[in-house]
Amino acid sequence: MSNEAVLHTGTGEVIHDTHHDGHHDHHQSFISKYVFSQDHKMIAKQFLITGMVWAVLGGLMSVLFRLQLGYPDQSFPILETVLGKHWAPGGHISPEAYYALVTTHGTVLVFFVLTAGLSGTFANFLIPLQVGARDMASPFLNMLSYWFFFAASVVMLSSIFVQTGPFSGGWTAYPPLSALRDASPGSKTGMDLWLIAMALFVVSSLLGGLNYISTILNMRTKGMSMTRLPLTIWALFFTAILGVLSFPVLLSGFILLIFDRNFGTSFYLSDIFLTSTNKALPNEGGSAILYQHLFWFLGHPEVYIIILPSMGLVSEIMSTNARKPIFGYIAMVGSLFAIAVLAFLVWAHHMFVTGLNPFLGSVFVLLTLLIAVPSAIKVFNWLTTLWRGNIRFTPGMLFSIGFVSMFISGGLTGIWLGNSALDVHLHDTYFIIAHFHIVMGVASMFGMFAGIYHWYPKMYGRYMNNTLGYVHFWITIAGAYLIFWPMHYEGLAGMPRRYYDYSIWESFKQFIDLNRFISTVALIVFAAQFLFLFNFFYSIWKGRKLRTPNPWDSNTLEWTTPIHAGHGNWPGEIPEVHRWAYDYGKDGKDFIPQNVPVGADESQH
Amino acid sequence: MSTFLTIAVIVLFFVVIFQIAKASEYVAILKGEDNSRRQNNKINGFMMVVFLLLGLIGVWYCNDLYYDKTLLPHPAASDHGEKVDSMLWITLWITGITFIITQVLLFWFSFRYQESKTRKVYFLAHNNKLELLWTVVPAIALTVLVVIGLKNWFKFTSEAPANSQVVEVTGKQFNWIYRYPGKDGVLGKRYYKEINDEKGNTLGQLWDDKNNFDDVVSTEALYIVKGRPVKLIIGSRDVIHDVGLSHFRLKIDAVPGIPTTMWFTPKYTTKEMQEITGNPNFQYELSCDQMCGNSHYSMRGIVKVVTQPEYDEWMVKQKPTYLSTHPELDPANQNKPASADTTKGATAKLEARP
Repeated sequence: MSNEAVLHTGTGEVIHDTHHDGHHDHHQSFISKYVFSQDHKMIAKQFLITGMVWAVLGGLMSVLFRLQLGYPDQSFPILETVLGKHWAPGGHISPEAYYALVTTHGTVLVFFVLTAGLSGTFANFLIPLQVGARDMASPFLNMLSYWFFFAASVVMLSSIFVQTGPFSGGWTAYPPLSALRDASPGSKTGMDLWLIAMALFVVSSLLGGLNYISTILNMRTKGMSMTRLPLTIWALFFTAILGVLSFPVLLSGFILLIFDRNFGTSFYLSDIFLTSTNKALPNEGGSAILYQHLFWFLGHPEVYIIILPSMGLVSEIMSTNARKPIFGYIAMVGSLFAIAVLAFLVWAHHMFVTGLNPFLGSVFVLLTLLIAVPSAIKVFNWLTTLWRGNIRFTPGMLFSIGFVSMFISGGLTGIWLGNSALDVHLHDTYFIIAHFHIVMGVASMFGMFAGIYHWYPKMYGRYMNNTLGYVHFWITIAGAYLIFWPMHYEGLAGMPRRYYDYSIWESFKQFIDLNRFISTVALIVFAAQFLFLFNFFYSIWKGRKLRTPNPWDSNTLEWTTPIHAGHGNWPGEIPEVHRWAYDYGKDGKDFIPQNVPVGADESQH
Repeated sequence: MSTFLTIAVIVLFFVVIFQIAKASEYVAILKGEDNSRRQNNKINGFMMVVFLLLGLIGVWYCNDLYYDKTLLPHPAASDHGEKVDSMLWITLWITGITFIITQVLLFWFSFRYQESKTRKVYFLAHNNKLELLWTVVPAIALTVLVVIGLKNWFKFTSEAPANSQVVEVTGKQFNWIYRYPGKDGVLGKRYYKEINDEKGNTLGQLWDDKNNFDDVVSTEALYIVKGRPVKLIIGSRDVIHDVGLSHFRLKIDAVPGIPTTMWFTPKYTTKEMQEITGNPNFQYELSCDQMCGNSHYSMRGIVKVVTQPEYDEWMVKQKPTYLSTHPELDPANQNKPASADTTKGATAKLEARP
């Protein structure tokens, strides 16, 4: 028996063929089907795969600069071959290259991977399928949203190849460093390209966000009241609102920066004498801190733009695989709402050490620590969802459990950093690196992995390999803790972030062994991600085929579509919804999908 | 060759994992998917407890390895720092206990409630009492932390005591410049367009302000006195820097155009701290903590905490910038015009005078 025969015995073909009756599934050219597609499912895949490309590039960048941190004295000739004599003379990454890598890693991971790659993928894929719509409110704007993101990607990528290098002043791009070409080589052409890429990205994000909001509000199927929406949709809804309200503020900040860079204005500049040119600049009266307010007014909601979709995905996957309703649905929605509101009121906690008014600072302390309350509610609700469930450890479920673990670990250190009197000690040390990588970076990546493993069968009509998924999960969670947990100790030694070399510092040089260990683990974890990538692409063509449209015995509407749903999603009528999405284990029934009418003898909850 | 070998080993490793993964998929199909799913479930359920135990041991082991390398084993070097430390410990206890409880519950529940044919799930959609409990308890804990935190915060950001020593700290790419007000205790005015590195006026001091005449500028080290409050007035000449004083547990940005301040009372001299830490090379270091360019990592300053007599002795040796930039006005030059670098000719002329 051939491999294919083993994998694909059974009756899958029959179900799989029925969708050809769907009137929406007309013949399309390659270009309109795969490139300029207006089908939300295809656009989701475009976002996902572009995001994966960026994740690999961004991850590779972190491996490169971790080489410098872990092995500062060792020469890697291959680096000179790849990066060239200017960036890696003698196989050592130059400070210029180091800062360029750090900056691009941050920008790419935050915006291109965890914003576009995460909410771009799952908002596009799940919103129409789970609310019961044939597509987004405007498929055309949706397509534009992807292509603006693609253009942003191209510009950002091109900045790596300019002579003076990509922008190298940190992903937050604080002026005056980012505003003055003479302050740093990376602030020359690299910064122009960075700004153009980010502006395009904001456009993409707004087009997408407006579409998500209008689709959720206007295009829900019959019976799908807001309180029957799966938590994924609620999370994506709040994410989109956050983005729509805060990205324009970021853009305005960027526009002022563009003016300062090119047209001689002084929004952010004052009292500057540059050593590199030995000249005083004419600009007076600007405030460098103004940029930080504008930046963090997006920047803080941005971290929730990253984490909320993961929370939604995890809630859904966890309930499905625990075979038990999500605990406290209303509290879950309420806490998402509370987090979304508070997200706009805490931005200045990134600025406790800028010398801001102490009273203002105290208000931000209070509001920041307040976020811990809805976060705690979410965690305890997830824990209660697992309690007395009947848990199936699919790879998606494993990553969901991993998400909660990471969210707890990283969330608790937020309580340290949100308290300004502690922040004045820990700010900009490795403590904050550990905090945000765990709670925002790794946790959201876990949410994304969970989502990919869980919805892969819906995306491609095939399964990903489970064993590879298990190996991927256990290496990644163990590795993530090994990398980021010890960084707390470096932070408690006051070790500053964004340092190229610690050897001249009496106070920080004691961690060289630890840094080597962290770098080595980072390399291994990065390599392990290729298990996932291989699994993903291999399974598109060679994975085990789906035989049932509802492989996880799930309640939500996307599993009522045919295995290979065409453009338009349902071949016939869109199903009507009669209940919430979490009737698992009710009245002795394993699951009751949303489109099943409420029986006469059904119990109330 | 070794690179090639390493790559070959890695690729081989991947191929092996992949083959195992594929084989297990065939086995799953041949054995019946449900059976193999249950088996995998058991393995992963078991791994949950293993991970929990190894993780908790790892947390302890990591602490054992690295605790001594942090700042915590030694006392904070300032009065504010002590408050930071005590607050840090309270926060650590509260978050640490929460961490252990929630992680144990998470992985234990995952293990305990793994799929079993006999279990009937408990249909539990919500429970107001429970939800109220875990809204109120965190809220109370956080209130405690906020109260402690804000008390400290207002103390740290309060006006410096009147008897404070005042030092101005200015960051530039890529070093620190310190200015002491001299005997009058007042720092003179400066304007950034007057900065002239060649002439030695690195801060742009205005010479029509008499307060500048005795101001001492130094890049050597920040000298402060043990037991005496010190107020730092912080600024920047170019981009944003940050005065990070990890031993004193404080930091604040240096922003061009917007001066910031910070005050504290140092508790141990550098020498005393060398004994406390047992490190003869110990120095209080001033680190730039805000990305400021490609040499950000080397923007190192030194803080010397000394006793009052030592400070006075050091200060006497310092020459105000006004005099070093205006050598003709320097009384030292007027008293003995025959300094070492004057030519013999000049000396001869002087001798010729009656």
